[in-house]
Formats: sequence, structure tokens, C-alpha cells
Amino acid sequence: MENFSPITASLGGAMIGLAAVWLMASYGRIAGISGILGGIFEKNNNDKFWRFSFFLGLLVSPHLVSLFDVSLLNIEFPVEGPLLITAAILVGIGTQLGNGCTSGHGVCGNALLSQRSIVATLTFMITGIITVFVIKFTVGV
Amino acid sequence: MKIAISCFFAGILFGGGLTLSQMINPRKVISFLDITGNWDPSLAFVMGAALSVTFIGYKVVLKKHSPLFISKFQLPTHNKIDARLIFGAAIFGIGWGLAGLCPGPAIASVSFGGTNSLIFVGTMTVTIFAFRYVNTKLQIAQK
Repeated sequence: MENFSPITASLGGAMIGLAAVWLMASYGRIAGISGILGGIFEKNNNDKFWRFSFFLGLLVSPHLVSLFDVSLLNIEFPVEGPLLITAAILVGIGTQLGNGCTSGHGVCGNALLSQRSIVATLTFMITGIITVFVIKFTVGV
Repeated sequence: MKIAISCFFAGILFGGGLTLSQMINPRKVISFLDITGNWDPSLAFVMGAALSVTFIGYKVVLKKHSPLFISKFQLPTHNKIDARLIFGAAIFGIGWGLAGLCPGPAIASVSFGGTNSLIFVGTMTVTIFAFRYVNTKLQIAQK
């Protein structure tokens, strides 16, 4: 557990929570990334501007935080190529079928004590853990 | 304009939290899901803190009649636990465990994550677009 970082994890988590609360307080929306992204492709044109604004903030934010610690931008991808593409397709389909991801279900939905979100979160945690286990003993990354 | 700035600020705060907590690093996410290896429980602390703040914050905010810049709150209306939800979440979890990426961190990493970030976000976005297109067509066909 030498990489365990409880303090930055809790502070970062609190920021994510504040973002979710602020988005609800100001614009009445759930801070679910897959939902905000998916909505860009809906026909209703009046509902897109806020989504792009949110994503612009999301894109800029790592560079602001990196002013304090530039090493935060050193990220490592355990899989590449076809496996990475497969993962992206699964995440795309899965979040649309299940109406949410780690943010929409995992943070916002669970905070609303939604039974759907609790079931979804348990499900993706379990399949995520099983997948890492299987990959470790087959591909070995 | 107020709305744009407000949502931009929410994005900054959200992505800033992802960055500070290192959830933008796929390796860090995999280390959480790898419970039989060199386990790193950080993600549980991220989620726990985010959930606690949101739980309390929503309680306060949702007591009000309306949000600041729009007439009403848009909350999820589904409440049925069906096969589609479980199947979707299961598939999402497999993709998440495979790459260590979920939509938020993937998008946040686009400007510095190199080709891998671009490939992931590009493929995910095209998939979501295709899914929504087919889904809409199917719904029209059913009517």
C-alpha cells in the first residue's frame, strides 16, 4: 500500500463533491460525466452550451492543479492499442445502457440514495475488480 | 453567460478534484481494483469524500424551490432496477477495469495524456454517439 494517498484522495473527493453540489445549486443538474457527454448528441440545441462549458473547465483543470505539483500530470496507461479501444467501446455502451458512470451513479445517484445507483455502483465495482484480476493473470499488466 | 461561467467553474472544480486525487491516472485506478495485488485504497477515500459532501450539499440545495439560474431541478425519474441497468453497469465495469479509465478522468486527461487519451476519448465518444443514434431509431421503430 505504499502508493496510498488518503489526504489528497479525500481533498480531491471533497472538490468533486463540491462541484456536484454547485452544479445542482446553480443549474439543477446531476454531475454525471457520461450523461453530460451523451446529452451533446441529443436533438435539443438549447441544452448544449452548458455541457461544453463544463467540459472546458474539465479540460483546463488539470493544468491549474499541476501548478502546485506538476508530477500529477504523469499518468500511465496499463493497456494500449486494441485493448484500450475495446475498453472505450465497453465504457461507451455500458454508461449509456446503464445511464451513468462513476460520477453519475457513484457520486450523485448514491448521494440521492437512489436504489438504481447503489445497484449500478456495486455491479461496476464487482465487474471492474474481476476484470483486473482476469487481466493480471492472462495479459499480465 | 452566468450559466456558462457557473458550469465552467463546476468543471474546473470537478477536474481539479480528479487531478489532485490522481484519479486521472489509470494506473492509480487499477491499483484500487487490484485487491489481490499491491492494493491502493485511495479511490475509496475519493468516493467516500465526494459522496459525503454531495449527500449533505444536496440535502441543503434541494430544499430550495429552484436552482439559481434555471427554473427547476432536473433529477433522474427512473426508479426501476432492470436488466438494462445491471447489464450496462456490468459492461461499464469491465471497460473501466480493463483500461483504468472512466469518462471524467479520460476527458480531463485529453490535453496531456497523449495518443492513448485521444484514442480512448475518441472511441468512447463515437460509441456513445452511435449508441444514441441506434437507440433513437429503435424507439421510433417501436412506436
